[in-house]
Amino acid sequence: MVEKITVLPPALELRSISKRFGAVQANRAVSFQVAAGSVHGLIGENGAGKSTVMNIVYGFHRADDGEILVNGRPVKISSTQDAIAAGIGMVHQHFMLVENFTVIENVMLGVEGGPLLAEGIAKAREALAKLGKDYGLDVPLDAIVGSLPVGLQQRVEIMKALHRGAQILILDEPTAVLTPQEADQLFRLLGRLREQGKTVLLVTHKLREIMAITDRVTVMRQGSVVAEVETKDTSPRELAEKMVGRSVLLQVQKGPARPGAELLTVSNLEVRDAQGVMRVKRVGFKLHGGEIVGIAGVAGNGQSELLEALAGMRAPVGGEIRFGGRDLVAEKIDPRGRRELGLAHVPEDRLRVGVVTSFSAQENLILGYQDHENFNRGLLMNNQAILEDCARKMAAYDVRPPQPGLRIAAFSGGNQQKLVVAREVDRAPTVLLVGQPTRGVDIGAIEFIHQRLIGLRDAGKAVLVVSVELDEILGLADRILVMAGGEIVGELSRAEATEEKIGLLMAGVREEKT
Amino acid sequence: METYTLMVLLLAATIRVATPLLLAALAGMFSERAGVIDLGLEGKMLGAAFAAATVATVTGSAWLGLGAGMVTAIALSLLLGFACVTYRGNQVVAAMAVNIMVSGLGPTLALAWFNLGGQTPQLDAAGQRFTAVVWPWSQSARETPFPGLLYAELLSGHNLVVYLAAALVPAAAWLLYRTRFGLRLRAVGENPQAVDTAGISVTGLRYQAMIISGALCGVAGSYLSIAASSGFVRDMTAGKGYLALAALIFGKWRPYPTLAACLLFAFTDALAVRLQGVALPLVGVIPVQFILALPYVLTVLLLAGFVGRAVAPRAIGVPYSKEK
Repeated sequence: MVEKITVLPPALELRSISKRFGAVQANRAVSFQVAAGSVHGLIGENGAGKSTVMNIVYGFHRADDGEILVNGRPVKISSTQDAIAAGIGMVHQHFMLVENFTVIENVMLGVEGGPLLAEGIAKAREALAKLGKDYGLDVPLDAIVGSLPVGLQQRVEIMKALHRGAQILILDEPTAVLTPQEADQLFRLLGRLREQGKTVLLVTHKLREIMAITDRVTVMRQGSVVAEVETKDTSPRELAEKMVGRSVLLQVQKGPARPGAELLTVSNLEVRDAQGVMRVKRVGFKLHGGEIVGIAGVAGNGQSELLEALAGMRAPVGGEIRFGGRDLVAEKIDPRGRRELGLAHVPEDRLRVGVVTSFSAQENLILGYQDHENFNRGLLMNNQAILEDCARKMAAYDVRPPQPGLRIAAFSGGNQQKLVVAREVDRAPTVLLVGQPTRGVDIGAIEFIHQRLIGLRDAGKAVLVVSVELDEILGLADRILVMAGGEIVGELSRAEATEEKIGLLMAGVREEKT
Repeated sequence: METYTLMVLLLAATIRVATPLLLAALAGMFSERAGVIDLGLEGKMLGAAFAAATVATVTGSAWLGLGAGMVTAIALSLLLGFACVTYRGNQVVAAMAVNIMVSGLGPTLALAWFNLGGQTPQLDAAGQRFTAVVWPWSQSARETPFPGLLYAELLSGHNLVVYLAAALVPAAAWLLYRTRFGLRLRAVGENPQAVDTAGISVTGLRYQAMIISGALCGVAGSYLSIAASSGFVRDMTAGKGYLALAALIFGKWRPYPTLAACLLFAFTDALAVRLQGVALPLVGVIPVQFILALPYVLTVLLLAGFVGRAVAPRAIGVPYSKEK
């Protein structure tokens, strides 16, 4: 007997994939291999080219150059069908689900197994029951997808891919919408998939996930692969440095908080959304000078509506917001009035609320303050003053490129956010509300923005940070409020807060009062 | 017995008025479920009415007229698809452009070809239009008020298109809810990205929906000019396309509720015709203008108040592009 030694070819191999969008070289000769039966991490900052790589592998975009090999054989992937046929499945960050369909209808979509549904549904039900058993994917098949929690919706996405016969599963930022506990469940599921011989490609910017679950990791920066290492041989610090290309501070540097006077008091605040659903239920808290308060929670648990109500963008249906001796709710003070009183706001949705994308940087920098006397000369705008103001802020906040006349859309996410932060922080507001301070922002800019927020705190002001990034809350906040289902379900000091405690609260498990 | 006979006749009129509304509403259901706002129903119907009457006049065949009506409406529908799906134009603007174009083009061509002041010639020869299909024994059944009169007036005595429209409701429901095509169509109007990532062409589906919409509008328009009346006159759709759209919304984009809405609108319309010049107790004779406005007033009231949460297909009106 001759023992046949076979070396399994990599499940997926990319050979010098290049892709250009207009003037931007999104991928530059990207090559890496994903071993069969492994969990492989692809990590990089926003704009590093990860998404482009994935979209090319999944047939959403076509590469300008290079080739893709599946199980050692070159494949031509020019459409999603090709990718599915090659055994590649993808779980998108924003789920590709039809919300008013049942689970089974969603899973079947595209692989109905015949022109009539009845037979297909029966077959799919059988197949899904088996899938559920094999991988512990417990999902109610006849539930309407929109009524399921996000964790389960994600499982539906995974089911969809597996039902299509995926051998290689790509997950794009899968934990962005999950609580830490749900994330752990996902990782266990990925572990089971690996045991069953599936290959997983995990695309993320979170180091914790890479360290927790992957076997190997590929690091991308500015469109190129800059490193490929065994996960066990590396450390979060090393990976972060490779991602950014210089040494970084993973921990926010800050001294202890010295909370002072009470600056803002919210009591019994109730807010409905545009559909009339009560999103904020009897919320109350206080902000003191010299502290950063973080609001943690899974996206969509009322934080956005709370922030909008505080900023004056959405009228609450009840409750009080007391600030500077006045009740902002009863007096119906609008956002501009609130800014004048010293309550500034960096909105969550930068591109829709924070800036006007077709305006230049200098025009964006006066939004909300456009009536300020410095910026006006009689009826006309004082463009010279506006230009100088912008140039000064660009220098102070290290905005690149420092061109006040450039359209804001032409700046990177990080630089846009620096401009918004500059606009609001530069006036030293008494209270600053910040939503998702570093969403879509590169690590370098994250550090910078965090330092500015801490600077404001150290100057005795109050900062309220709403973020779905738990690491950010833990890094910045001196006191943490957790929101779930529109209520504040817990309050923790930074010292007592752990990821696990917050995670349980985020999932709506209330603290036992003893 | 007098009131009973009147009611039966009123219901029979309702069925006849409801037919084009229903056909157009079903047409709109397919395109809107696929995510394309179908304000072009009006223009497609009008175009079909003109083409059907013209071809029926020239060839003497109602069937060829119907075919021409359908081909015309499908062509207009594809034109809309080209503007809205392929070129991702504004769906409302494109549809209004088609409506305005057709409302001018029909009378203009009719004037040039027939020289009758923008109408087509009267269709009176045998076979030029779809006439009433009289079911067996209906003449003798008429003698007995119940159920004979119901049989004679409600079931029998309509033209083919009416029966076709009635049959199309369950057919549309079956297509929408029991077939692969229906599943995909409903999905593409809700979340086209989900359809795209499932490896199905969004553009292809939307074009298929537009073709179905065109075909049904073609039948609706042909009904107006070569079945319900005998020839094309300027603006003969008179807002029926918009009314159909209202019925579709009132029916929450579902076949049977849409049927019910069409029947309701048609009933008020039939009632309005009956009430003209009739003295009612207490109020006396109601001015014709008020009565004619009734269906539209009802539409406004229903849509404003009673629909409640009519949840439109989520992706409606949004052109699809991969890049977002």
